[in-house]
Amino acid sequence: MNTESLGAIFLNACLVNNFVLAYFLGICPFLGVSGKMETATKMGAAVMFVMLISSMCAYGIHAFLVAIDAPFLQLISYIVVIASTVQLVEMFIKKISPALFKSLGIFLPLITTNCAILGVALFQTNKEYGFLESIVYALGAGAGFTLALVLIAGLREQLNFADVPKISKGTALTLFIAGILSLCFMGFAGLGA
Amino acid sequence: MSNDSASSKQKVTSTDEFIKGLWRDNPVFVQVLGMCPVLAVSNTAINALAMGLATAFVLLMSNILVSLLRNFVPKQVRIASYILIIATFVTVTDYAIQAISVELHKSLGAFISLIVVNCLILSRAEAFASKNTVSKSIFDALGMGVGFTFALFCLGAVREILGNGSLFDIALFPNGFQSWIVMILPAGGFFTLAIWLLIINKIQTRKTKS
Repeated sequence: MNTESLGAIFLNACLVNNFVLAYFLGICPFLGVSGKMETATKMGAAVMFVMLISSMCAYGIHAFLVAIDAPFLQLISYIVVIASTVQLVEMFIKKISPALFKSLGIFLPLITTNCAILGVALFQTNKEYGFLESIVYALGAGAGFTLALVLIAGLREQLNFADVPKISKGTALTLFIAGILSLCFMGFAGLGA
Repeated sequence: MSNDSASSKQKVTSTDEFIKGLWRDNPVFVQVLGMCPVLAVSNTAINALAMGLATAFVLLMSNILVSLLRNFVPKQVRIASYILIIATFVTVTDYAIQAISVELHKSLGAFISLIVVNCLILSRAEAFASKNTVSKSIFDALGMGVGFTFALFCLGAVREILGNGSLFDIALFPNGFQSWIVMILPAGGFFTLAIWLLIINKIQTRKTKS
């Protein structure tokens, strides 16, 4: 069993080992929906919610698979849980706010293939976190994802007015900013240890 | 379309399907798909190659199966069944790599399992294999797989040469070489990919001008 304190787990997942900037998980939505601040915030919230639910389910599934001695089913069952949670969130958002549903567009169903979510489920299993620790880990990872997404969105909104060389428009420029942000986040190293 | 014209057309297009994945529709440099493994495990050339080959294998097998089953899977549950197919092959690959080299398995870590959520594989299944014959899908998967591996290798080689002063663990520079630590760190991944994209963009714009 892991002996880190809950606060340390949160800080680690959120800042020190930020899922986007240190582990490169969830880069697709990171590049895709980070153009506008508003969408970025809501995308972050949706991802965080799915992370939380799937992390809780993953804990239960892992215990069950250990009990019946079938570890090779791990990956398949995790992905099914995530896909169903995403479906749930999709229906929920469609009902509550059709406008948001439209602005998230294709990236909403694509949360299923957001590596960050499967990453949370896999990492917590590898690290042998307990139930409470798993929840805190998922919350931290979600907060870190949202933070990175919002930071990039803010920078990109400003950069829309900048006159950059033509060939660096689009993805290349976003990657450069992400690289610089990633350097900044290295400053957090050692914080949660 | 009648069978005759399909088969005669196929001879021309099979190689085309292969070539397009290498350059024109390169999954990494042009479509910017499957970024997570690209950035995460490209810190050395050997990791990058292994990851590329593993992904290519999963892509090939899932493309074959998806295109075989394309007439049997109901439209509503197609994405779910594609993901299940992919997850199965990823589990196979995961265990195979563990059997071949424990060390490699350790250095790739959870990223082998994360091939499941590589958007590249799902997008090929949805966009190509579900609409085309098996043989075409095989060529498509091979092209995309090789293109992906090639791109990963480009990144991995640059990062290892600059960050470690070596390639495939063979030292390239005399002792005085000061390695660029930043290149093996996460930030280096972003920078290297960004620079590759700049180069590709430059080539593309020059091509369209002439």
